[in-house]
Amino acid sequence: MSSVAVDERLGEVGRVRRLLVRPELGAVVGAIVVFVFFASQSAVFRSVSGIANWLDPAATLGIMAVAIALLMIGGEFDLSAGVLTGTTGLVLVTLSTRFGLNVWLAMLVGLAVALAVGFANGLIVTRTRLPSFIVTLGTFLMLQGINLGVTKMITGTVQVSGLRKAPGFESARVVFGGTIGDSGFRVAIIWWILVTIVASWVLMRSRAGNWIFAVGGNEQAARAVGVPAARTKIALFMTTAFAAWLVGSIMALRFTSVQANAGIGQEFIYIIAAVIGGCLLTGGYGSAIGASIGAIIFGMADKGIVFLGWDADWFMFFLGAMLLLATLANRMVRRYAEEVKH
Amino acid sequence: MILQTQAIGKAFGSVLALREVSMGVAAGQVTCVLGDNGAGKSTLIKILSGVHQHDSGTLLIDGGEIRLTSPRDALDRGIATVYQDLAMIPLMSVWRNFFLGSEPVKSLGRFDVATARRVARDELRAMGIDIRDVDQPVGTLSGGERQSVAIARAVHFGARVLILDEPTSALGVKQAGVVLRYIARARDRGLGVVFITHNPHHAYPVGDRFLLLNRGTSLGEYGKADISRQELTSLMAGGAELEQLEHELTRE
Repeated sequence: MSSVAVDERLGEVGRVRRLLVRPELGAVVGAIVVFVFFASQSAVFRSVSGIANWLDPAATLGIMAVAIALLMIGGEFDLSAGVLTGTTGLVLVTLSTRFGLNVWLAMLVGLAVALAVGFANGLIVTRTRLPSFIVTLGTFLMLQGINLGVTKMITGTVQVSGLRKAPGFESARVVFGGTIGDSGFRVAIIWWILVTIVASWVLMRSRAGNWIFAVGGNEQAARAVGVPAARTKIALFMTTAFAAWLVGSIMALRFTSVQANAGIGQEFIYIIAAVIGGCLLTGGYGSAIGASIGAIIFGMADKGIVFLGWDADWFMFFLGAMLLLATLANRMVRRYAEEVKH
Repeated sequence: MILQTQAIGKAFGSVLALREVSMGVAAGQVTCVLGDNGAGKSTLIKILSGVHQHDSGTLLIDGGEIRLTSPRDALDRGIATVYQDLAMIPLMSVWRNFFLGSEPVKSLGRFDVATARRVARDELRAMGIDIRDVDQPVGTLSGGERQSVAIARAVHFGARVLILDEPTSALGVKQAGVVLRYIARARDRGLGVVFITHNPHHAYPVGDRFLLLNRGTSLGEYGKADISRQELTSLMAGGAELEQLEHELTRE
């Protein structure tokens, strides 16, 4: 027998509907519309340097949005992800400028700090069964306080700078903060594509991916058939923390200084990108590529509005409208997927 | 007998949820557990499936005394439980649900998707379950189809005892018939089936033995030869109580 025989009751309609319920479909359509709009209005926007320009914010946002998408599919939120990018950057710059650590070593310490925060988030959420919204709001506020308090204590100001003179800076900058040759495209774009590919593969083609969908879809049912739900969720929080470390390090190496309030307010942008990409707020459904496309929409709008010479304030209006449209589209998908035939 | 209880009991604080219940299920047979709401059916199956542990009496598997520590422990000993509402994850496809928790993997944790799709389809077909498309989300299946997929899954993963918690109670007449047919098919494949229900009309055609529970205690375990459908129904409803009710409801 062939691998999967085709059932005669599945006609063309079935195929069209299946395409329609792909989680990233809404984001793809949205991205095309936004691109056509800005590209037709602005020659700079569609030029190579213009594309390099708007892919840059898309890349750093995309790395985070993909990780947050995995977490949201697993049924949890992480509000501390934004401020954690600041924390890891501060650790990196402080250790290498004030304590003479090699940049690479300082990055390793930053990674350890990030993973510890992610592990703590995951452990508290899975042990106490408190909503992750509340738990990570707590870590968010605590990290915000630590970032400001410790930075002021060490430097007397609200920023640390001078990373350029630290040992190992040049090599680390090439890998994380530089551009690809002389093309004007940032290295971060490669990291972003890499993260998206790995995340998509894990979701769709690995056992862990099946567990992520399951713990977000119905945790009790997943547990009943032997899925290690707590382990899966803790791993997801640590993945988000890893992404925050990556983005925090990229930013620190690019600007060579970090503000103590870096990353604050970004946590909702990540969630918005993931939702535009097709993630349900209730978990169990979504895609990594969708979140990446959500980040592209964000990047295009962010820079496109500037290219058109509009007031940047309109960006927030645009973001809100996209979010509303995306959630409406998602709700229709969910209704379709969950409708029960009797 | 694969699975057997002897005078088993369970208390939650001062509430005696189950007292001195003895029952058993043999390979290729269906034991029906009947009782009204609050009769102790749930407590009994939770002991059998490893969710709760008994306080008194003994639990035997293949004649040896045992204490199940967790649902996973029960599963590893071949006791699979299909819960009424916990069986499936609606937004996931049929084949993803089928292999959830026991995914076939190649090296590096790669989910063997091709095998999973093929085996899910073949196993469902072997049970006579006709699913249009194994890629469709389970949420689009009917209640009966969902129960059936869960039964096929338990059979595929080598369950020797299948515990079904009220699989027909939320279903229409036709759908309930479909599920009963799969229960019979699982039985024919040599599984012992524990079928929990409060509907004697669902239990009688498929059952070999009938355990009746009332207020946490056993009204007796009967073989099919020892009890008629009429007697079963009347015992279920509490015999005298039903007559009393009938009397009350008659027109003057």
